[in-house]
Amino acid sequence: MRIVVDRDKCEGLGMCEAMAHEFFEVGEDGFVELLDERPAESHRQDIAAAVDACPVLALSLAD
Amino acid sequence: MTGTGGLVVVGASLAGLRAVEAARRTGYAGPITLIGAEEHLPYDRPPLSKAFLCGDAAEVTPFRSEQELRDDLGVDLVLGAPADGLYPAQQLVSVGDRQFEYDAAVIATGASPRRLPGADGVAGVHHLRTVDDATAIRDALDAGARTVVIGAGFIGSEVASAARKRGLSVHVVESLGLPLVRSIGAEVGSVCADLHVANGTDLRLGVGVSAVESSGGRVTGVRLDDGSVLPADLVVVGIGVQPATGWLEGSGVPLHERDRGVVCDATLWTGLPGVYAAGDVAHVANPLFDDELMRLEHWTNAAEQGAAASKHALDPASATPLAPVPYFWSDWYGRRIQFVGTPRADEVQVVATAGDAFTALYRRDDRIVGALTIDRPREIMKFRRRIAERGAFADAVEFATAS
Repeated sequence: MRIVVDRDKCEGLGMCEAMAHEFFEVGEDGFVELLDERPAESHRQDIAAAVDACPVLALSLAD
Repeated sequence: MTGTGGLVVVGASLAGLRAVEAARRTGYAGPITLIGAEEHLPYDRPPLSKAFLCGDAAEVTPFRSEQELRDDLGVDLVLGAPADGLYPAQQLVSVGDRQFEYDAAVIATGASPRRLPGADGVAGVHHLRTVDDATAIRDALDAGARTVVIGAGFIGSEVASAARKRGLSVHVVESLGLPLVRSIGAEVGSVCADLHVANGTDLRLGVGVSAVESSGGRVTGVRLDDGSVLPADLVVVGIGVQPATGWLEGSGVPLHERDRGVVCDATLWTGLPGVYAAGDVAHVANPLFDDELMRLEHWTNAAEQGAAASKHALDPASATPLAPVPYFWSDWYGRRIQFVGTPRADEVQVVATAGDAFTALYRRDDRIVGALTIDRPREIMKFRRRIAERGAFADAVEFATAS
């Protein structure tokens, strides 16, 4: 599973961090940073929730 | 009679859309009807007062195409006319002379802008809720309108910000002596209000509007109750909203005595069989904050409640209480304001100011229950986690001071 961030859409609103802070963190520059780009399959539910929660639809899952 | 029962979602904005998506995601294969008052497919509202008004976003695109909604999600779309009745005994929702049977229903009709008496029908006077409203306001800004915003809330403040970005003169008129008291508290509200002054917006606090003046049916200015007149080509009224529940009066759905919003328990259940509510329309008890009854006008709340409401409505046995940490954001003059939690606190402490950045924390007993930041995007969700975990206020202060 790979997390894909659309940097043109990301506004650093932080809902991904709220849903799964082990994998997402908003940086000082106001953009999300991925803490683990290829998380283990066992985390799919939390990460899918983070993807769904993005208010600007900047996140998606590949694989 | 139309339809054969199944799930009926009333309200085709974010909460309604998420209700539909969640129903399919849980494997529900029965009929779904989505009823919306606007003729537009579900679209995203936050940009209407932000990127769209500033001219950064050329158009508003729907979340999903009509084909996706109809073919992929199997939704029967009923758009362009509002639902006008709900009949629990017959399990019916009516839209004009059409009736839709339901086994499960989600009420997600949102809220409507409060109107300013005497201003309806005057050209150049607008509210901001829909894409049609936003388009009219943007056209006026494009034409260089002298702008008066009535109400110093978040929507009005974003409109003022968009007008200043174009170099237009803007007045914001607020009848209360302090803005934003209900949403973020008095002390922090005044810090935000200072952003107006620093960016060249004329902020008039503690002064009421006595009349909207017009000539030939078009607005010419706003007369204040101190006798002065602010000339205007564009007036945006942002004095709050009221839940869109006129269609539920007398239905048996419990409505709040103050604002007629739908009253639910923490699982979003209205108390009527199969009927749940979500989004701006719903008052919901929040177990995380001493069962405080909250009606939130936030994107994240609509998304989360919409998804939960349809799941619970389709399978009430699985319904579990929601205990969310409310979250909203607002963009003024290139600054990002973010708030998590509840402003109803015993104390609000300004804990950090550095340059333009700002942090305030909200205490109830010895817990942190809220946090507001300006231009601290890295920190806000860390406070949110502390609030969700019922963390100690003192620890949050220490974290804020060290950051």
